[in-house]
Amino acid sequence: MSLETASPLAPYPRHGSNAGQPITRRDGELKVTGQATYAADNHPEGLLYAVCAVSSIARGRVTHLDVAAAMAHPGVVEVLTPANRPPLALDPNVKHGPFGFRLEVLQDDTVRYANQPIALVAAESLEAAVEGAALLNPRYEAQPARTGLEDGQRYAPAGVGVGAPPRTAHGDVEAGFAAAARIVEADFETPAQFHNAMEPHAVVAQWDGDRLTLDMPNQALVMSREAYGAFFGVPGANVLIRSPFLGGGFGSKAILNGPQLLGILAARHLKRPVKLVLSRAQMYGPVGHRGRTWQTLRLGLDGQGRLTALRHRSLAATSSFDDFLEPAANASLHAYASPAILSETEGLRLDIGTPGPMRAPGEASGSAALEAAMDEAAEACGMDPLDFRLANYAETEPGTGRPYSSKALRECYAEGARAFGWAGRPLRPRQMRDADGLLVGWGVGSALFPCPHFPAEARATLRADGTALVETAGVDMGQGAWTVLAQIAAEALGLDPARVEFRSGVSDLPDAGVAGGSGHTASAGLALHNAGQNVIARLTELAAADPASPLFGAGNVGVTARDGRLHRRDDDSRSESYAEILARAGQPLITASGRMARDEEAVQSWAMYSHGAVFAEVKVDPDFGMVRATRLVGAFAAGRIVNPRLVRSQYYGGMIWGAGFALHEAALADRRTGRIMNADLAEYRVPVNADVPSLEAILVPEEDRYVNPLGVKGVGEIGITGTVGAIANAVWHATGVRVRRFPIHIEDLMGG
Amino acid sequence: MNRFDYIRPATAAEAIAAAAQPGSAYLAAGTNLVDLMKTGAARPERLVDITRLPGLDRIDWSPGGGARIGALVRNSDLAYDPAVRRAFPAVAEALLSGASPQLRNAATLGGNLLQRTRCAYFFDTASACNRRAPGAGCDAREGENRLHAILGWSEACIATHPSDVCVSLVALDAVVEIEGPDGAREIPLEALHRLPGDAPDQETALAAGELIVAVRLPPQAAAVASHARYLKIRERTSYAFAVVSAAAGLDLDGTTIRQARLALGGVAAKPWRARAAESVLEGAPADAATFARAAEAALAEARPSGDNAFKIELARRLIVRALSDALAGTPGQPPALPASPFAAPAGARHVA
Ligand SMILES: Cc1cc2nc3c(=O)[nH]c(=O)nc-3n(C[C@H](O)[C@H](O)[C@H](O)COP(=O)(O)OP(=O)(O)OC[C@H]3O[C@@H](n4cnc5c(N)ncnc54)[C@H](O)[C@@H]3O)c2cc1C
Ligand code: SF4
Repeated sequence: MSLETASPLAPYPRHGSNAGQPITRRDGELKVTGQATYAADNHPEGLLYAVCAVSSIARGRVTHLDVAAAMAHPGVVEVLTPANRPPLALDPNVKHGPFGFRLEVLQDDTVRYANQPIALVAAESLEAAVEGAALLNPRYEAQPARTGLEDGQRYAPAGVGVGAPPRTAHGDVEAGFAAAARIVEADFETPAQFHNAMEPHAVVAQWDGDRLTLDMPNQALVMSREAYGAFFGVPGANVLIRSPFLGGGFGSKAILNGPQLLGILAARHLKRPVKLVLSRAQMYGPVGHRGRTWQTLRLGLDGQGRLTALRHRSLAATSSFDDFLEPAANASLHAYASPAILSETEGLRLDIGTPGPMRAPGEASGSAALEAAMDEAAEACGMDPLDFRLANYAETEPGTGRPYSSKALRECYAEGARAFGWAGRPLRPRQMRDADGLLVGWGVGSALFPCPHFPAEARATLRADGTALVETAGVDMGQGAWTVLAQIAAEALGLDPARVEFRSGVSDLPDAGVAGGSGHTASAGLALHNAGQNVIARLTELAAADPASPLFGAGNVGVTARDGRLHRRDDDSRSESYAEILARAGQPLITASGRMARDEEAVQSWAMYSHGAVFAEVKVDPDFGMVRATRLVGAFAAGRIVNPRLVRSQYYGGMIWGAGFALHEAALADRRTGRIMNADLAEYRVPVNADVPSLEAILVPEEDRYVNPLGVKGVGEIGITGTVGAIANAVWHATGVRVRRFPIHIEDLMGG
Repeated sequence: MNRFDYIRPATAAEAIAAAAQPGSAYLAAGTNLVDLMKTGAARPERLVDITRLPGLDRIDWSPGGGARIGALVRNSDLAYDPAVRRAFPAVAEALLSGASPQLRNAATLGGNLLQRTRCAYFFDTASACNRRAPGAGCDAREGENRLHAILGWSEACIATHPSDVCVSLVALDAVVEIEGPDGAREIPLEALHRLPGDAPDQETALAAGELIVAVRLPPQAAAVASHARYLKIRERTSYAFAVVSAAAGLDLDGTTIRQARLALGGVAAKPWRARAAESVLEGAPADAATFARAAEAALAEARPSGDNAFKIELARRLIVRALSDALAGTPGQPPALPASPFAAPAGARHVA
């Protein structure tokens, strides 16, 4: 996939570089005109449609499937069940690789959660496949579903999140509590939430001998290629994954899942291309979710409102057969200065699909509780919540004492507060009303997200006509990778983005790593940057060695690459175009590779995070308890901003997500059956426009010389963090009621 | 999806003949029926598409000022009709508070009246549901029932009827015109939906094959036009069904209430006309004390059917507010956030 000619780039004035320019999405025109091809838009010749039959019980065994009835339905071609499921090269009950999860691929007749695949029906039409699946009419031997605190099994986990320790201690919290003038303790509860990407999980699988082509939305192309290859016993290089556009992923499309594997298996078994698309309801189970948590925060405070100890405990739900524990308690490790910090997570096994990383895993639910607890602590100390946060400002990384590579959080607080109009906020709750008599409240939350980087590679090719081709298997989930990665590459090459062809979104390109952890721009961007710089270095060698070039001998003084020309650094008037240099050297092109590379010493010695502050105004109807987040102002500092338009929209999206977390989102599982009773977008509520009437995202300048050579940090997830707490705190400020269970319901606020 | 016949009759008579056969269902815009067919909660054998029947998409006015609204009039067309807005503003406000613009553009009035409950156990074929499968039991009874009924429910079923516009219509004495295999008849809207009793599957008073052709609003219903509101409590600012809603209309004689209209939504298996409350209101001074007494009267019989006791108190407060808002007068311009306690920013005209 290439976007050379997609949309003409708007002619923004350039000041030496395209970076920092609010270039619109290069794929925008394709999308708004319906020309962008998503996975399920592919219809190869001879296509079969596969539909999963899923379990309606959460625990037990499938004792009977009416395969004959399904097979007898006109158009049905095959029914796969545990009885006839062709073999896989790997055991799906075993975790494979760092992001490996145990999968349900019809390996046996057990049922471990509601909506687990229990059969696959392939047919000539989607309708026939759907009806075939319905005709299977499963019978079960059901066991009682374990769905909550009462019946779940608690255990001590080996790790939380993706390989983080379940317990981290800095200093002596008990001593800190003993020395405290005041203790604040509060319990919080966060629900199961589902990614609900607009585009459902889908795959169109085509086998050609032992070569496999997959059209599927995928957040980790090259890694997944290897994983799929391993499951089917073919080399990863035989698997081509095409994923030019994703209709959202949020973490749910980085990990293999049973249904997609079954679709691929059916294609091989039936020797025809197969398409499988999950229904919305089927996305509530086999493709991950944000797991429930029960959190307890305990804060020790001295007479000046400074933390003496901070303890964050979390009980996190996972499935009966695999472990992904929302690392919520770890959100307290890096946020505030405290001489002693302890984070501890315990696991709770339930009959649910295994949770997984969902936008801001841990940080979202953990910061919700932490920021709300900080607000309670500020109240206990009689302090303004912003002053209280400043009093506990971490000048160095809590626990380790490492300096920050950059931290403009103070500026975020100041700019956010100014834009919001925080000054003069009454300390006590229920002090403000609007003209209509609605209660008004203001709250603040701090936002934070780490800066993980992933291994990534890229290739850049300078062509004879002075244009360039850059390549990496990047992932655009809507966040703007097509645009921002091309911008970074163009900058490194000293070219206008319009003269750079960018190939991405296919797994046979250099590995761009995972689009996750808010690290894709930094990681793939660094690889592209280095590839571009390597090309320019070779070009410079050619020119400097060529007596006919005005740059002859410039090797020592160096050159700058700009607008498709190399200029002598000491004499800008001496320059030559790339095309001329290549032509004289008789070279048709120069190709170079680059990788994500950072100064390992810097990585060890500096603490690296994006920071922010979110200010929320809510209005609450005093009689009805209806809440609306009438104003959200977020100020974020995340290093160098390559494209402010895209970054702002990431912050908006995160803040809206935070509003949903605080006020709307929750999966409702029937406590008897474990079935999710609101598995559709009418009843699983996310905010609509009317819920977020006023949003402002401030881009606070921040220069970071250590995080990586680009100075780029992550922006994709931080917007959620801080926002949830800010809204909950504003609700308290409006009503005087502390609601510690999310989402906040109207009956929580009907007290008066 | 099972195989079903699809019939597109040219006349009402043909439609009725086709629909009178067992296993048939009328298909209007399908925004509710098709969703139910997708989950398997509805499995009709024959769809009788009525969207092309002639003459059912009109609004006609009687000389006295009554309206006859064809069953196929789209929700948006009805809500934005200037004469409807003038005479029956609470009908327009209720319509605009429902669903989304896209759904309102498609959905018909007849379909809105006959939309099924949103009870999740009714949609989910793996659950026991007396309404869907008589005698099966009611999984909502001990399940997720925060939003279930507080009035008129039975042990057999605690579901609510989800329509917004029905609430305003029932308050205004709307009449439903029906044509069926045995000819034409009409019934008050209040008698269309049935309380569950022992037979929650008997949802309406319609016999097999009966077609709703129109809804009539009598001219007297316009008497409350200058003091009429619909107010809806929901869990997000737009695009959510009512937790509880109320339509209130007052006809005032100075400060005394000459005539009152009050109905509740989201509380029962039918739009709930609060006649006891209307009696309290009529002849009484239009003030907070009267409104509070009316709310008590309206909810005298209310009792929780699950985790929903809060809805009783909520309904009480809502009635008081809706009556107060009605007293304050119908807004000249329909609010940009219809039926919401939240005001839209000044100047906003777009309906969410
Ligand atoms: C996501 C979502 C949100 C919604 N939110 C709201 C809301 O907030 N408030 C609200 O009030 N509604 C809401 N609705 C419901 C919506 O208003 C109804 O789906 C719609 O009005 C149904 O109209 P229709 O023409 O599509 O009916 P259909 O789906 O075609 O039919 C519905 C039923 O009525 C029967 N029927 C239709 N017309 C006739 C007729 N003339 N005579 C006899 N039987 C007939 C059909 O057989 C069927 O049983 C929502 C719907 C969705 C999907
Ligand atoms: S409340 Fe009514 S609709 Fe819901 S499950 Fe019970 S019987 Fe069915």
